[in-house]
Formats: sequence, structure tokens, C-alpha cells
Amino acid sequence: MKKFPYYPGCTLKQAAKHFETSAIASAEAMDIELVEIQKWNCCGAVASLTADDMMHHVAPIRNLVRVQEMNEKGMVDNEYRLVVFCSMCFNVLKRSAKRVKEDADMLKTINDFMDTEEDYEGNVEVKHFLEILDEIGFDSLTRRVKKPLKGLKISAYYGCTLLRPRGIGIDDPEAPSIMERFIEALGGEVVDNPYKSLCCGSYHTVGGNKELVAERAYKIINGARDNGADMMITSCPLCAFNLDDRQELTKKIHPDFQHMPVLYFTQIMAMAMGMEDRAGLDGNHIDARPLLRERKLLEG
Amino acid sequence: MAKKNEEKMITVYIMGKAYRVPFGLTIMKAMEYSGYRFIRGSGCRAGFCGACATVYRKKGEYKFRTALACQTTAEDGMYLAQLPFVPANRNEYDINKINPEKNILSEYYPEINRCVSCNTCTKSCPQDLDVMYYIQAAIRGDYKEVSAMSFDCIQCGLCTARCPAEITHYHVAQLARRVYGKYYSKTPEHLLRRIEEIEEGKFDKEIERLKSMNRKELEKTYVERDLQKLPRGEVNGE
Repeated sequence: MKKFPYYPGCTLKQAAKHFETSAIASAEAMDIELVEIQKWNCCGAVASLTADDMMHHVAPIRNLVRVQEMNEKGMVDNEYRLVVFCSMCFNVLKRSAKRVKEDADMLKTINDFMDTEEDYEGNVEVKHFLEILDEIGFDSLTRRVKKPLKGLKISAYYGCTLLRPRGIGIDDPEAPSIMERFIEALGGEVVDNPYKSLCCGSYHTVGGNKELVAERAYKIINGARDNGADMMITSCPLCAFNLDDRQELTKKIHPDFQHMPVLYFTQIMAMAMGMEDRAGLDGNHIDARPLLRERKLLEG
Repeated sequence: MAKKNEEKMITVYIMGKAYRVPFGLTIMKAMEYSGYRFIRGSGCRAGFCGACATVYRKKGEYKFRTALACQTTAEDGMYLAQLPFVPANRNEYDINKINPEKNILSEYYPEINRCVSCNTCTKSCPQDLDVMYYIQAAIRGDYKEVSAMSFDCIQCGLCTARCPAEITHYHVAQLARRVYGKYYSKTPEHLLRRIEEIEEGKFDKEIERLKSMNRKELEKTYVERDLQKLPRGEVNGE
């Protein structure tokens, strides 16, 4: 088992526990032990894009100092690649890491400000787990599959934060393929969705515009359904909430709407690795289990 | 004799004005020695009550320091000012009516989400608590972690006074401990037993006896009292 530093983020500990359970199982299946950062703080959630806003980079950089310390203490295998699952945390952490790497003055100011920490040296690489899988090789993933997701028609949903902005996104923002290659590697059938990177409505869901989000869910989910998808996968807890939980409201606005399970990518990976008990299938709002039983991918 | 004492004198600046005080006094006593009398901003004088939050700067240092005035020795060249009170809103809640499944801390104190992890609260805490990390745990609704990390808080308010995000840390932590105590921590069996005993009237006779005593008898009873010992392991918690 290779020990990687791991940043969970608030949502994986709270609303998306099924994301974390399945993430840890998925990593294990790849011989990766995720060593959670001791004492981590919020990634910063939505880092400011303003050029001179430095204060909001303190939170993410503080987490990166923790990774540096883990290496110094030998808690991970000289591994400066920080593994993140949540698209939003990934985006914020990577953006800050990149920012201070390119701006020595800003790094110095942040280091001077954080006078209770050792200096951040700028060496941590923030990696989304999909990238780690891509590095190991999707063929290697296929070799480890115990229960291929045969006959399951899966549509990838990327959202925004996994793909943008340039230099941060993990794939081509206009024509991404990493999730499709992931689905194929697990033996699933890839279904395209023209709206796979259309914004889900993001934070409108907590403000006064839930209807906007429900309309987005209608459009995005139907985009997948029209092409024959059984389910969708994502790696963003906010997208997951907007596409999964918000389906209730979508159904109210559009009585013709048919529900569709929306899972975290790690949930289908844990399934395919024969770890369905750790896939957190009881955590989704729209239950995927009836569908999986129907396709003989789940017993009982 | 006078000369010897003079050698041990230091100069402190209280709200900008210089005073000569003997070395070795706490900040609180140095101020009292200089003629200040505390109506507010002082309490137990033993580091427990949290009433005497104070701010100061040391000679030639940029740091804005915080402490309990009754626990910190005055040094030569210190600039002192006592805080009489830290204003902080405590939002109203009925602990019996909340839904602990939701993140109550975020609901009643949404400003916790403004935390930028600057760590100023932790640096200001005279109890050396990891204040920032318990706020981080509060953001994700981890009542247990907040309770454990904030348990030694004496509510002096210094974190709150210093926070750039205007969080009232100690009220957040108090709510977390109340939620955890009511909904999650183990029920203290010995307490329930004692309540039952009280309700059954086991102590009524004793109370009546105490009520009938005069002051002298009461004092004697107090001095000679038996300190109750709980059997080992029978304490509240986990």
C-alpha cells in the first residue's frame, strides 16, 4: 500500500459521507492508503478570483503546510501529491497552490502572516483522484475489476470545477474524456450527454433560486436520459446535491420528469471492485439499488 | 530598605500614562497598585472565570498580545488596557426544540462560514485552545470534536474580540457542547439515580434538618461534612 496524503473536505465528512466511504474503498482497491491530513481546515470553498485578495488563500495554503509536515514526519511515502475527491476542494486547493508557486512575493507574504506555521515551500501538487487513476493507467484499473458494470449505461457529469479554469482543470474543458475512460475501464457502457459540463446552478441552491437549479437538473438529466442513460456519475458534492436531491423539486415543476440515480464516481468504482458494502449506496437521494438489482449487479 | 524596593520597580503604561509599580505583580495588580479599581473586567482572580481579558503590547514588539490580567506578570515597558466586556451576540435557541441532525451551529451562527483560517483566535486564546480548529469542526457540524476541543474555554471573549470574520467562537462552542451533551453523550446513570432518590424524598428529612439550623450549627456541619466520592469510573462522559 502506498501512502498518499488525503484531504477530505467538509462535505465528505458531513452530507456526502457515502462519497468518503466509497473513496477510501476505491483507493484501497488500487493499493493506495489515504492518510487523512491531521487537523485540516476548510479548503476555502470558493476562493476569490480577485488578483489582490490574498487573505482567502491562507486557508488552502495552511492545508498544504500540513502535507509538507506529513512528509517531514514520514507519515506518507515522500508523497507531495495531495489526493482530493471533491471537485470544489480540488479546484480551490490547486488554484492556491499554483498561485503561490507562480508568485513568490505572495507566498512570502502569506508565510510571514502565518507566523504559527513553518514556511510553505511550494512543493505540493494537488491531484484529483481521477488523475491518480489516469497516471496508474485505466488498463490497470480494468485488471483489478472484480464485477464489471456490464450492461449499465452510465453518463458522466463533469460540472465546472473539474474542468475550469485552464491550468487547473484535469481535462479538455470542451471535450473531456477522463470520466468516460473511467466508466469504460469499469466495464460500464458510456452514454454521452451534451450537457455534461453545463453548470448545475451551483450555489443558487442555497439561495432563493432553487427553481433555477431544478430546471438545470431537468435539462442535464434529460440530456443523459435522451441518450439512453440509466444513471449519472459526478465527483462534485454540490453538483451531486443539485442533480440528486433537487430532483424532488424538478418533479414538482415537471410532472413528466423521471427520476435518475446520480452517484459519486467512487461509488460505482467500489461496486466494480466487489466492495458494494462500502459503496455507500444508502446515501443517495434517488436510490440506485433497485436499478442495480434489476441489472444483476447487486444481490438481494 | 526603600532603595532596595526601588530597584525592583518597573514602568508600565496604563492607557498611555506611565506608572511605577513593583516588579512581580500581575497585570491586574499592577493596575490596582496604580490606582485603578475594577468594577468590571475582574472576577475570580484565579484564572478560572474569564472576566479579566486584557490586551497589551510589550516594549519594542509589534505583536498585539492578549491574556488574562490575573494570570500574567507585568513587565517593564508594557502598554496595558483592561477590557471591561466583550460584546457578543448569543442567538436564542431552545435546546429541546432543535434538530441535531442538521448543522445547528451553522444555522444559529452562520458567520462561522466566514472563517478564513487566519488562526488569530488560536493565537489570542489564554487557555491555549485550538480555537480555529474547533470552528473548522463547527463548520462541518462535528459537535463531538467541538465539545472536546473547546471544553476548557472560560469564555473570556478574546477570540471574539480579535476575529476578522466577527465570529463569536465561545457561543458557538457552548451551543455545540449543549447539543452534544443533550443528544449524543452517554447518559450519566448516577445522576438519574440521584434524581430518582430526590423525587422519592430520600433527602427531605436532611433538608428540613439543615433548614432548622442556626448559623453556628450550619457552619459546624459544613466544616465537618463528608466529601462525597463517586465510585471509580462513574463519571459522566465516555
